[in-house]
Amino acid sequence: MKHTISVLVENKFGVLARISGLFSARGFNISSLAVGETEDPSVSRMTIGVEGDDKTLEQIKKQLNKLIDVIKVVDFKEGEFIDRELVLVKVAVTAKNRKEVLESIESFGARIENAGSKSISIEATGDQTRIKALLELLRPFGILEVVRTGRVAMSTEDKGLKAEGKPEVNE
Amino acid sequence: MKMTGAQILIESLRKEGVEIIFGYPGGQVLPIFDKLYDAPIKLILTRHEQAAAHAADGYARATGKVGVCLATSGPGATNLVTGIATAYMDSVPMVAITGQVKSFLIGNDAFQEADITGITRPITKHNYLVEDIKDLTRIIKEAFHIASTGRPGPVLIDFPSDIQMKEAEFVYPEKIDIRGYKPTYEGHPGQIKRAAKVISESRRPILYVGGGAISSEASEEVYELAVKNDIPVTTTLLGLGVFPQDNKLSLGMLGMHGTAYANHSIMGSDLIIAVGARFDDRVTGKLDEFAPQAKVIHIDIDPASVSKSVAVDVPIVGDAKAILKKLNKLIKKPDTKEWIKKVEDWKDKHPLKFKDDDKVRPQYILQEIYKATKGDAIICTEVGQHQMWAAQFYKFMKPRTMISSGGLGTMGYGFPAAIGAQIGKPKATVFDIAGDGSIQMNIQELATAVINKLPVKVAIFNNCYLGMVRQWQELFYKKRYSYTCLGAGCPDFIKLAESYGAIGIRVTKKSEVRPAIDRALEINNTVFIDFHIEKEENVFPMVPAGEAINKMLDGGLA
Repeated sequence: MKHTISVLVENKFGVLARISGLFSARGFNISSLAVGETEDPSVSRMTIGVEGDDKTLEQIKKQLNKLIDVIKVVDFKEGEFIDRELVLVKVAVTAKNRKEVLESIESFGARIENAGSKSISIEATGDQTRIKALLELLRPFGILEVVRTGRVAMSTEDKGLKAEGKPEVNE
Repeated sequence: MKMTGAQILIESLRKEGVEIIFGYPGGQVLPIFDKLYDAPIKLILTRHEQAAAHAADGYARATGKVGVCLATSGPGATNLVTGIATAYMDSVPMVAITGQVKSFLIGNDAFQEADITGITRPITKHNYLVEDIKDLTRIIKEAFHIASTGRPGPVLIDFPSDIQMKEAEFVYPEKIDIRGYKPTYEGHPGQIKRAAKVISESRRPILYVGGGAISSEASEEVYELAVKNDIPVTTTLLGLGVFPQDNKLSLGMLGMHGTAYANHSIMGSDLIIAVGARFDDRVTGKLDEFAPQAKVIHIDIDPASVSKSVAVDVPIVGDAKAILKKLNKLIKKPDTKEWIKKVEDWKDKHPLKFKDDDKVRPQYILQEIYKATKGDAIICTEVGQHQMWAAQFYKFMKPRTMISSGGLGTMGYGFPAAIGAQIGKPKATVFDIAGDGSIQMNIQELATAVINKLPVKVAIFNNCYLGMVRQWQELFYKKRYSYTCLGAGCPDFIKLAESYGAIGIRVTKKSEVRPAIDRALEINNTVFIDFHIEKEENVFPMVPAGEAINKMLDGGLA
């Protein structure tokens, strides 16, 4: 199953290596990773896309929590968060299909950033379904390059996810 | 008062109560060694950095204090790696300090530079690179705190030599606040109640106790739980000594080379009370078939150890001692009469056995060491057959008397660990149970043992083989002894010991075994006893890898 985990970490040198090292050492797969500062500059947020069954997810969360530089780990539940990803796509065009490509992009609501004679570069944001749909739409024309940021996610609960320290672990 | 970084390190170590460190000098720790020259902290100079790490580990396991080791940058630091990994796998509190090239040279491939924080990331509980002299005291304070609390483990501090020479005010922090590190000590009261109920209702309970109970100093509480309620006790390798093995409830060690009765008992139990143990693969054997009827209560300070391999019915995260204290008050004694009878029956039917003839059998030697020391010695081991025989045939009576590399299985661990243990416990009788292969992996430490006048007794179980690997080759690889015969090139251990100023005793007959042990115990010097044991003796019982743990090979002894 696909999961989106949000991890608050100390904004320090080497923390990314600790997290990615943990995933590789324990054989967990990362499907996407986005890192950025939060409202508190001493804290960074990592949004990690992972796949695995419940037991694996449980281990991933526990192992992440064991890292001293990890402040909080949250596994987002379906329907309780929004996620977005930004993608840049370069599509091949010919004089013949140029109009068709432009129309497709426009109908999708993606932005054209550069339109050359042989290729068009576009930018789009959206959740995973939308990004997937865009790539499907453009594939027949010939995609030359795709650059994705990895998805970021935020809970839709009224309270923010704050770095107030790890909760007492008691099962 | 203004001090240099090196001075601040020494003063901080003193604040942490450190009296002894194990180490080896080098270019990037010169400022620290200069301060150590007349510091009130004693450095034990080993002959290899790996031994410094193992000695700090042995010291920590024997005393319960944090072991400290010190090495220079680059090769000094990388030589610590095996020792750090050993301590990590067995949850031993340790602080490793390494010199690093000057901070402005880091990343330049400077002479003797190694990215030791990168290298040790997966084998330390945490590590630090000192980037600013102002952070130094906080880092040291945090390092000792992290190493010794929660599930203990090694912490490394990488200390560039230019910062060792920088000056700052020495103010040792009083408090610590690491927002990402708040270990849980008190177990959840509701869970403890549930556990008490489950125990009270059980009919075939078994206590399965590991090294965590020793770290937590919970042996009294384990004893109370077992004896008051008539619950048999089996332990892991690292749990040996937590429960006295002369008690009728003791089942010894379980698992791959555990006793048959411990394995039958855990497989037939209806409740496993796991305390500070982690259901390692050497313990469970084939997971799908492990203890099929048993409910599991798991008491552990590390939440990640709970439900990692075996599904747990009542998890209790916290300190074993604190939890057992509360738990003991709530249990109504279960009716285990029938169960104890059954366990006794297994004990009678499948005792530990060996061929006790006129040959020099390793099991006999261990029985004699036990008798001669009345079970009051600290037994360190290397890794291999001798380690398993020690676990089987020496009766451990007290916690912190079995010191062995369990998780990582590090050959060459025992001798330096024995040195560390003897330094930590100067009055104790300390043995290193060794093989002829393992002892040669850190044999240079004879120098350290002799110059520090350490009466460590090294019992070499010399069969001219890497015995455990040979045993597997015999049983599973058609006796093709590929590169496991060490006979050619084996040194004369007596002459070798003597050349360092130690005493060597050779034993080739059974009748010489006990006199040699007695003599060694009287000698106030490092002793090597070179026991020429039966060459192709095997460790039994044995559970073949991947089998259920009640499917043991008995080697035709039963």
